[in-house]
Amino acid sequence: MAHAPHPENVALLARFTAALAAAGLVTEDQIAEQIARTDRASPRIGAAMVARAWTDAGYHALMLKDGSAAAEAMGISMVGAPPLGVLADAPGLHHLVVCTLCSCYPRAVLGYPPHWYKSAAYRARAVRDPRGVLAEWGTTLPEATQIRVVDSTADYRWMVLPTRPEGTAGWDEARLAALVTRDVLVGTRLPTA
Amino acid sequence: MTSYTAHFTPGTRIRVKADYPETRGPCHIRTPHYLRGREGVVERPLGAFRNPEDLAFARPAATIPLYHVRFDQKGIWNEGEAGDTVLVELYEHWLEPAA
Repeated sequence: MAHAPHPENVALLARFTAALAAAGLVTEDQIAEQIARTDRASPRIGAAMVARAWTDAGYHALMLKDGSAAAEAMGISMVGAPPLGVLADAPGLHHLVVCTLCSCYPRAVLGYPPHWYKSAAYRARAVRDPRGVLAEWGTTLPEATQIRVVDSTADYRWMVLPTRPEGTAGWDEARLAALVTRDVLVGTRLPTA
Repeated sequence: MTSYTAHFTPGTRIRVKADYPETRGPCHIRTPHYLRGREGVVERPLGAFRNPEDLAFARPAATIPLYHVRFDQKGIWNEGEAGDTVLVELYEHWLEPAA
């Protein structure tokens, strides 16, 4: 995987960042800070948000109304990030997120997207054959559940708020958050206790 | 703040324009090919954003209402399970009222 970067690409990048700095658009420090912020982000942020929504009705409402504000409430800076939208699963309804045009992904709260999310196969098939895709993940939806594929085409980034699994009554947020993986937040898997 | 008016309300039946700007020259489009000419229902307005079709070419870009629009899977692909849907962000200039 880790090929050494091509010298001409490194030189091109250096010229590009120097041009951005010269134009007063962005500094090297700002670029470094943005990279560091993305490096720090991980699905644990999204999982913590879901766990809080499962235990706090007010936060649940905020999350569905304004995902960015809900992330900020967890101490995550959303400055410069695209607005975050959160879609709640419900009995009879399950969401699956894809970006058919490219690979839009809520990096501020999930970190870097996995390779499969960016693959042409997932992008083409999730939107046309979501049940086939979920079957290959080994994900079985409850009877009579409709699938709503969310094609992330424009300015928002989308995350799924899954239904709280049965058998988790009385669990605290940390224990609940451990059930919520990256794949759960994209919708390819369901959380199980 | 740029003011704008969202012209479609939740529940409105719309059709995505059957337009193919990619056949006329270089362009940047956020409306998926598979939805052109398809009918759907406005789920909710999502605010307004500068038109990426112009931003991509560094042209002056108008601020345009954005919507979440829901489509039936079967109506798009003629396969899949009844009741399954696709929810997509679409800019207002791509939408027209369904007949």
